[in-house]
Amino acid sequence: MMPASSDDSALRWRCRRGMLELDIILNEFLDKSYNTISDEQRCLLDQMLDYPDQLLFDLFLANIQSSDKGISELVTTIRQSLTA
Amino acid sequence: MTINSIQTRRFDTLIIGAGGGGLRAALQLAEADASVAVVSKVFPTRSHTVAAQGGMNAALANVLPDNWHWHMFDTVKGSDYLGDQDAIEYMCRAAPKVVYELEHFGVPFSRLDNGRIYQRPFGGQSQNFGGEQAARTCAAADRTGHAILHSLYQQNIRARTHFFDEYFAVDLLKDDEGNVLGAFVFDIHTGEEIIIEAKTTLIATGGAGQLFRTTTNALINTGDGMAMALRAGVPLQDMEFFQFHPTGIAGRGMLITEGARGEGGYLVNAMGERLMERYAPKAKDLASRDVVSRAIYTEVKEGRGCGPNKDHVMLKLDHLGEDVLQKRLPGIRQTCITFLGIDPAEQAIPVYPTAHYTMGGIPTDRYGQVVVPVKDTPEEPVNGLYAAGECACVSVHGANRLGGNSLLDILVFGRSAANHIIGYLKENRYHRPMNEASVEKAWQRLHRWDKTGEGESVERIRADLKKSMEDNCGVFRTQEVLDNGIKEVSAIAERLKEARISDHTGMFNTARVEALELENLMDVALATVYSASARTESRGAHSRIDYPERDDKNWMKHSLYSSEGRKLDYKPVRTKPMSVTSFPPRPRVY
Repeated sequence: MMPASSDDSALRWRCRRGMLELDIILNEFLDKSYNTISDEQRCLLDQMLDYPDQLLFDLFLANIQSSDKGISELVTTIRQSLTA
Repeated sequence: MTINSIQTRRFDTLIIGAGGGGLRAALQLAEADASVAVVSKVFPTRSHTVAAQGGMNAALANVLPDNWHWHMFDTVKGSDYLGDQDAIEYMCRAAPKVVYELEHFGVPFSRLDNGRIYQRPFGGQSQNFGGEQAARTCAAADRTGHAILHSLYQQNIRARTHFFDEYFAVDLLKDDEGNVLGAFVFDIHTGEEIIIEAKTTLIATGGAGQLFRTTTNALINTGDGMAMALRAGVPLQDMEFFQFHPTGIAGRGMLITEGARGEGGYLVNAMGERLMERYAPKAKDLASRDVVSRAIYTEVKEGRGCGPNKDHVMLKLDHLGEDVLQKRLPGIRQTCITFLGIDPAEQAIPVYPTAHYTMGGIPTDRYGQVVVPVKDTPEEPVNGLYAAGECACVSVHGANRLGGNSLLDILVFGRSAANHIIGYLKENRYHRPMNEASVEKAWQRLHRWDKTGEGESVERIRADLKKSMEDNCGVFRTQEVLDNGIKEVSAIAERLKEARISDHTGMFNTARVEALELENLMDVALATVYSASARTESRGAHSRIDYPERDDKNWMKHSLYSSEGRKLDYKPVRTKPMSVTSFPPRPRVY
């Protein structure tokens, strides 16, 4: 579980989205795997959270793939945390 | 901080909620040169409207013959004759204009080869008052809500609407005469409290799907505006009508479309029996939603559920083969692989009924004005207060909403409310003096969570509430079950009074936000279970085992639940349309 500093709370609030699917994916990732990713991946996550919901949905549901290798790897990590 | 030191901001209109309804209203007002503030607890384009994929109904007749009167007939029939026919006529007549407006705002509707807006058929749509299937739903591919929300947000930025992003509205504020004058809000980032004074306030906070453990709704759908209205003395209307879908992914909530059973999927219990053969020998797995939902509930209740907790049944699709699944149900397959780690081409999917849409809400007229009974008048406007969208009950959906009518509802009545507000602002040019006690009350509600010491956690109470609502006010309703629901939810509400949070900081105190959301859910849960227990008939989504028939003689009326004394009142359905003759109640057969 993430420690509850105000930065982490802010991150968790940004993971409150308009779609249930994204709420589940992102919150489970924060609970299970956020502490295991690198600082570089945390920056990428920060960048991804500015994406529109529909784009995040398509990435996480594997409807599309990012051309950015880092984002693509992070999406895979986040997807894996769901069924870990 | 003391109340006297709280900053005050003044606007013509405060809109609480930044989904499609709130943003449509905000745009109309900003373009009329009103000063508009929109308060949203999440960034506006993360509102739940984004999840509406299907589309919106409008009788454009681009694909098949159509007109607004047929659309009106379908909506009245779909509502199981509980919808107000004046509001339904208004909505169906306004629909084409609202679609063309959206097109001009930049919504990229899907097109036909001739360039006109594409329209798809949806359940419950007919030509010529119950005849052949109609094609009435306009869509922007499978992302209509997303397209509408983003277009409206961009238009509002252009029109200089003032956004308070990630601010939480605690409660409405009033003057001594009961006029609504804005809201007490705080900045989730900093904890800073603000009084937003406004000549008019529009609530557009969406639904309350988080009442139930299994729901399709995002975490943000906690009925905040409905609960604010209740605490301001406004009753909630028709809260017993909650739309459920029979096959949500168990423990997760996401929809597995009926198309999965349409393609040959079937439900099995723990013994591997095809359970629907017993509940609907003819239609089996293609029986109506309420029948399938109750069958699943009964199997689980009687111990034939699957999994370690025996709390779901299984939907089998594996016999269809990988090729068929990939071709016809690719989205379902990907959802299962992503969320469950299982491929439905190889394994069955765990499913349970999932809560989808709140038909009830804050009572309004077709101008979006919140209306309450005063003495012998059933619908007296509350000065300065408006509501639109899923949080409101206008009532166009009555006992059951038709697919494609929810986006239409939020846009038509967001716009209609704004038009009425523009007129109101012309006649009410000055801010009224605030009642200090109403500020004090809202402040106390927020600071009640500053208390330290021992107490139950918000998470535990929320989980118990959602479980109790699912068990006692879900798809299986009898007097005994619903009365047990009143008992259990009332007991859980008592526990909430003594709950504590451990985070007492000001900045990004999301624990406090979640506590306030739970209070809102609790008020809405009580409204729902009390209203459901009292209605001794089956109508639309309110389906009772002990009263299986619709009872027009005694129950063709709207429920009104008030928090004070947890009382129920009723008012007549508006059966007289604006310009055409009424559709009298008939059996709802498709």
